[in-house]
Amino acid sequence: MQLPLERGPISRHVIATLANGEEQASPLALGTGAVVDDADTQLALWTIYELHYRGFDGIPADREWDLGLLTLRRDIEARFERELRDGTRDRLVVVPSDGDIGRQLMDLVAADDSPSPAAFLQRRASREQLLDYLRERSVQQLKESDAQSFVLPRLDGPAKAALAELQYDEYGGGRPERLHATLYADALDAAGLDRTYGAYIDDVSALSLACANAMTMFGLNRRLRGAAMGHLAAFEASSSVPSRKIAAGMERVGFPDAVAAYFHEHVEADAVHEHLASSDICGAMVADDPSLRDDVLFGAASCLLLDALSGGELLERWTSGLEQAS
Amino acid sequence: MSQFSLGATKNDAGVVVRACPDGPLLVRGADTVMDEDGSEHAVTRPVVAVCACGKSSRKPWCDSTHKSIR
Repeated sequence: MQLPLERGPISRHVIATLANGEEQASPLALGTGAVVDDADTQLALWTIYELHYRGFDGIPADREWDLGLLTLRRDIEARFERELRDGTRDRLVVVPSDGDIGRQLMDLVAADDSPSPAAFLQRRASREQLLDYLRERSVQQLKESDAQSFVLPRLDGPAKAALAELQYDEYGGGRPERLHATLYADALDAAGLDRTYGAYIDDVSALSLACANAMTMFGLNRRLRGAAMGHLAAFEASSSVPSRKIAAGMERVGFPDAVAAYFHEHVEADAVHEHLASSDICGAMVADDPSLRDDVLFGAASCLLLDALSGGELLERWTSGLEQAS
Repeated sequence: MSQFSLGATKNDAGVVVRACPDGPLLVRGADTVMDEDGSEHAVTRPVVAVCACGKSSRKPWCDSTHKSIR
């Protein structure tokens, strides 16, 4: 993909050092504001992370290990993680501190009462709003499950086997045309949007970037492997029912079948995956190393927090009266 | 070929079924699942979740409807 367009001084710094072919990025101090909903900082982080995924056209692959960029990444991550820990404290305080981790995760998800865009998408959203949703989610769904693959070599035994089993399903069970990221690209295509990886990076909101970045931060830092799998459990457990509603919305406005098909697939797949993630993966990880329990719950709560922030932002955008008429 | 039949008292060798608390049956190792009408449904993923609450709209597969009727 092409380098994105800058959105402020931090992303400008990252994009310019890559575009100009510098030997190494120079140091840059972050401002004092929050990073979770700051488009500039989130885009900078997304761009640095992308060097670990598929990189950018014309940018040397070894910029992945640019010490200047890695230093900036760590600074942003430290701030991002602190904000997520602060933001999830209220959700976590009500979870009993011991007991079955699978049950704790399900309780955490069940206790979330944030307004969800799914019901709006099902019943009221215009065609343009449904397209808006597809674009916003494209930055994470076109690399669906890839962040979690970084965790595989950090696990062993039953947790590793269960994550591999889950990922095999996400990656199409041996059928490339069934890769979930490909199903998403097919959905974009069928809806008349651009299926190209990264096509909408310049259009999506800070919080859509933050949702994708949280998964990568948890996936790339071995220290946060518990959070990565807790995030996965919450993501899967909060997907099946909304996917059913979103599929109905896509059908309501008459998009071709391939659009709803992506969401239908997730009704069934995620009904399986939530149990694999919460019991088989997180359960085994915590049984093996009880010190991971807090981070598993932190990761799950982070997923719910970011979904709530992002979902709330989209609902506000769609219901503020500024939206394009259907 | 191995098959998991709902209501069967005994499973063929190699098929593992696990009941999730308040949730579906997770079935591994089956090639087909037979529903209550006797229709066979091909298993296309490594593990499938079979509806145990009877309310799924896409039986025999779980669609998480049990969460809203708890």
